[in-house]
Amino acid sequence: MTMQNLYLLVPLAPLAGAIFVGLFGKCMHRAWSHRITIALVAVSFFASLAIFNDVQAGNVYNGSVYTWLTSGDTSFQVGFLIDKLTVTMMLVVTFVSLMVHIYTIGYMDEDPGYQRFFSYISLFTFSMLMLVMANNFMQLFFGWEAVGLVSYLLIGFWYNRETAIYANLKAFLVNRVGDFGFLLGIALVLMVFGTLQYDAVFANAASHAKDIAPIPCVSWNLITAICILLFIGAMGKSAQFPLHVWLPDSMEGPTPISALIHAATMVTAGIFMVARMSPLFELSETALSFVMVIGAITALFMGFLGIIQNDIKRVVAYSTLSQLGYMTVALGASAYSVAIFHLMTHAFFKALLFLAAGSVIIALHHDQDIRNMGGLRKYMPITWITSLIGSLALIGTPFFSGFYSKDSIIEAVALSHLPGSGFAYFAVVAGVFVTAFYSFRMYFLVFHGKERFHHPKPTHDHEGGKEDDGHAHHHGNPHETPWVVTLPLILLAIPSVLVGYIAIEPMLYGGYFGDSIFIAEHHHALHEMQQEFHGAFAMVLHSLTSLPLWLAIAGVASSAFFYLKRPDIPAAIKKRFQFIYTLLDNKYYFDRFNDWFFAGGARGTSRFLWKFGDVTLIDGLMVNGTAKLVGMFSGAIRHLQSGYIYHYAFSMIIGVFVLLTARNWFE
Amino acid sequence: MIFGLPIISVAIWLPIIFGILVLATGGDKNAPLARALAMVGSVLGFLVTIPLYTGFALDTSQMQFVELHNWIPRFNIHYHLGVDGISVLFILLTAFFTPLVVLAGWQVIEKRVAQYMAAFLIMSGVMIGVFAALDAILFYVFWEAMLIPMFLIIGIWGGQNRVYAAVKFFLYTLLGSLLMLVALIYLYNQSGGSFSILDFHKVAIPMTAQILIFIAFFFAFAVKVPMFPVHTWLPDAHVEAPTGGSVVLAAIMLKVGAYGFLRFSVPIVPDASHKLAGVMIALSLIAVVYIGLVALIQSDMKKLVAYSSISHMGFVTLGIFIFNAYGMEGALLQMISHGFVSGALFLCVGVLYDRMHSRNIADYGGVANTMPVFAAFFMLFAMANSGLPGTSGFVGEFTVILGAMKANFWYAFAAATTLVFGAAYTLWMYKRVIFGAAANSHVAELTDLTLREKTIMAILAVTVLGMGLYPLPFSEVMHASVNDLLVHVAHSKLP
Repeated sequence: MTMQNLYLLVPLAPLAGAIFVGLFGKCMHRAWSHRITIALVAVSFFASLAIFNDVQAGNVYNGSVYTWLTSGDTSFQVGFLIDKLTVTMMLVVTFVSLMVHIYTIGYMDEDPGYQRFFSYISLFTFSMLMLVMANNFMQLFFGWEAVGLVSYLLIGFWYNRETAIYANLKAFLVNRVGDFGFLLGIALVLMVFGTLQYDAVFANAASHAKDIAPIPCVSWNLITAICILLFIGAMGKSAQFPLHVWLPDSMEGPTPISALIHAATMVTAGIFMVARMSPLFELSETALSFVMVIGAITALFMGFLGIIQNDIKRVVAYSTLSQLGYMTVALGASAYSVAIFHLMTHAFFKALLFLAAGSVIIALHHDQDIRNMGGLRKYMPITWITSLIGSLALIGTPFFSGFYSKDSIIEAVALSHLPGSGFAYFAVVAGVFVTAFYSFRMYFLVFHGKERFHHPKPTHDHEGGKEDDGHAHHHGNPHETPWVVTLPLILLAIPSVLVGYIAIEPMLYGGYFGDSIFIAEHHHALHEMQQEFHGAFAMVLHSLTSLPLWLAIAGVASSAFFYLKRPDIPAAIKKRFQFIYTLLDNKYYFDRFNDWFFAGGARGTSRFLWKFGDVTLIDGLMVNGTAKLVGMFSGAIRHLQSGYIYHYAFSMIIGVFVLLTARNWFE
Repeated sequence: MIFGLPIISVAIWLPIIFGILVLATGGDKNAPLARALAMVGSVLGFLVTIPLYTGFALDTSQMQFVELHNWIPRFNIHYHLGVDGISVLFILLTAFFTPLVVLAGWQVIEKRVAQYMAAFLIMSGVMIGVFAALDAILFYVFWEAMLIPMFLIIGIWGGQNRVYAAVKFFLYTLLGSLLMLVALIYLYNQSGGSFSILDFHKVAIPMTAQILIFIAFFFAFAVKVPMFPVHTWLPDAHVEAPTGGSVVLAAIMLKVGAYGFLRFSVPIVPDASHKLAGVMIALSLIAVVYIGLVALIQSDMKKLVAYSSISHMGFVTLGIFIFNAYGMEGALLQMISHGFVSGALFLCVGVLYDRMHSRNIADYGGVANTMPVFAAFFMLFAMANSGLPGTSGFVGEFTVILGAMKANFWYAFAAATTLVFGAAYTLWMYKRVIFGAAANSHVAELTDLTLREKTIMAILAVTVLGMGLYPLPFSEVMHASVNDLLVHVAHSKLP
């Protein structure tokens, strides 16, 4: 098999699975749905591994598969760019996808939409692979929107639930706002460069660095305009402030897709995109600064929201938002490889945390409220240990993967000199404490302390923490979930621990990404970090004397104190600082504002335009008005046609008289 | 040539002859025969148009498959037919939809079956005539003839308020076409006694006259497209028309307006077109944004799809009047795609209406529970309507937005808002109709698609996806003609 065929196989195998199961899943035994899709995703994963080896040997591929469209003098291609960056993403996507496919067998076991679910997640895998493997903006946009579609379908998977179908519409529309910017960015690229192929655009980018954007009435730098427009797309997809509002609601979807789509892969598409566009972003300090500040706001303020959530999935969701903010900050600091590194480690430990949360949810018969949990470590040892590993990785415990990636981000920001980097540094360092606090708050409430699941309080919280109200009664003690659930947990726990230690040196400092990421000469944060880097072990030693590690320890300690030792304190604080609690509980009022201003405003404007513009002005006044006018006029004229000969004769005589007089007058 | 007969003539007259045959079957006791005959006629009608595509020469902008005969020598009027890259796809599109419409009305129409089927067959032939006519009078005859079957379809098989809608439709469009006739006669005199459209393209015309001609054509074509502010007949016509009528109206009849701009306004009066392009672009963008918002609030599904049609047609007129290759080809692609997508959406609404006899969104909810197959098809078409890449809906919008960016950033900015509005009104409707728990006992008793309906939906689904994933075969036939047209309009025709 030639490499080109192998490249094709990677996205097409899951697509074939999706189509086949989607069309014929109902005609076969349920088990065939997962057998077929898992086999094909496994094919895709192993093909990605083979490609990884080939790329390691130095083979980079950039070629087209077919011509999609020609218009004017431009030809739009569908094609692949296979380099280190792509292949890293391919491995992450196919590996997490494979784990999630296996996990789904257990999680969706009794669901009537079993076949549909497998079809969707395979379709997602295809779309995401098309996105990361693209060698041009058009295909990138195709993948970008296709993952959005599948995300929409999966958030609304349980379409009988009002909250789910509200959340999926919201997710799609908020993403569309981002895509609006993204598409304009792409159009601007085409207009300036005359092509949408990455290689041609990147090669010519530098020569346009000083140009003014061809936008009437404003004088922005061209590259800044392009980068910010593209980044608006990333803000939608990667849920950056202020387009983050859809991600917490997306937790209405089944847990496997929260892990796959809303933590490990799709939401990182924006991060990947910016890294891919590094030759453009490097030319605009303004854009980088913008990226960094947006990322910093997301990293810190979304972390705060994680502290007060009681729904196990929403805690993890806010943690995802905050971690995406970290990656974005790294992009802004020109540390693209660090961002991708964190993307990779995060994909493993966050998918792990979500799947572990799902395992807890199964064990408690779809109760998601952490106030109804506690002490689960006795009953679910595998879930407990893997969750602990995931949480330790998330807060950046030395030797765990998250430590290497997060510490590198903080260092990179410290070395950045862009406007806003001071704020960003504060945000990411403070974020460490917040992360440790909310992660271990959840961990302690779920696995330690009193067993609260025997007497579930009826929860009428507006967060609505239940997946299925019919199963709220707990029968006996919870027990560990079946192997199809725990196996993916174990398989994800391994890289969550190891991948950072192994990969940091080659990925950040060993020139792993080679030419696939471009960093301008004067952005030397990464270069300086390389000078100070003396191996993964030394990095741990160095961290002992640095602030972030102690902040993380403080976070864990304080959450242990609050939630294990003195559970009365959080309640007291809540009462004392009611104002802040209300602010956080309402998620800074973003949802309310959006509902009122954008959704309500759009409906109001529409109603006005329709009632006033179409109904009153055009139809009422112009169309029917004209008809009425003609009616009135002819009604008046009608009286002249009396039908009496002498009336007509008399009119004729008068007419002749008038005409003759007029003629004589003018002569 | 087919059996020694010229292809275009066959494509026009075969459905018309079959239409007359169907009429001849008479009353409703012969309905099965009428249906069968209509099916045969419409399928044959589509098959005979295929050689127009397969035999189409890509490298020339000249008219192809030309037929030229004397018709009324006294006024130099000819029976003159031909196709180029601008018109050829519309002929196929028209012929493609006729069998689908016949199939869609198969069981639903129970009264005056023969007349119903015949009206669609005859209309199909006449609309092909509109796209193929190269003589202005021949064009005008087809143009007016097209109105009659549609008028009858709305007026006889329509809903409650059908007479108001039919009269509104007729008067609106007639007003425009009379002004066009005046312009055509002026051009006849100006060109030294020729009614050939190709001769009109070469006539030098002073500026004032150009502007007057442009305005005359504008009324004829803008009403058909329809452009803001002469669009209000369309929602009424759609709401009252039977499903088949809506499908043909949206898929084909709206396209003749835009086709008119490309065949008449732009090449005959290029200077006026350039001068008034700003107005046209403004009206197009109003259609995209304003109508997009108006669609959001509609409570009647058909009205919503109708407004969505107007909004999407705004892309077509925008593409035409920004005068670059992306824009013009995007406009043509958008027209083709809009034919598939809006046709499919009206069929979807029809499927629901046949079962529930309501078009009101509030009467639905949770249809996915009882009609999962339908929900899947509807999802695909809704996404195509929102311009999702991979569906045909994306191709035209994308290309027009690229063209608009080339003309002016803010045009593209306004046009791209459809990404949000288009998704908002389509998916909000989808949510309220399809998702949720079954809203009432009627929804709970719905039956899923029949084989006949599945066939129609599957054909359209394949087309929508096919065009989205591989639009090249659609665009490559256009290049030569579009490039030629762009070169042509770049030259002033002032004397």
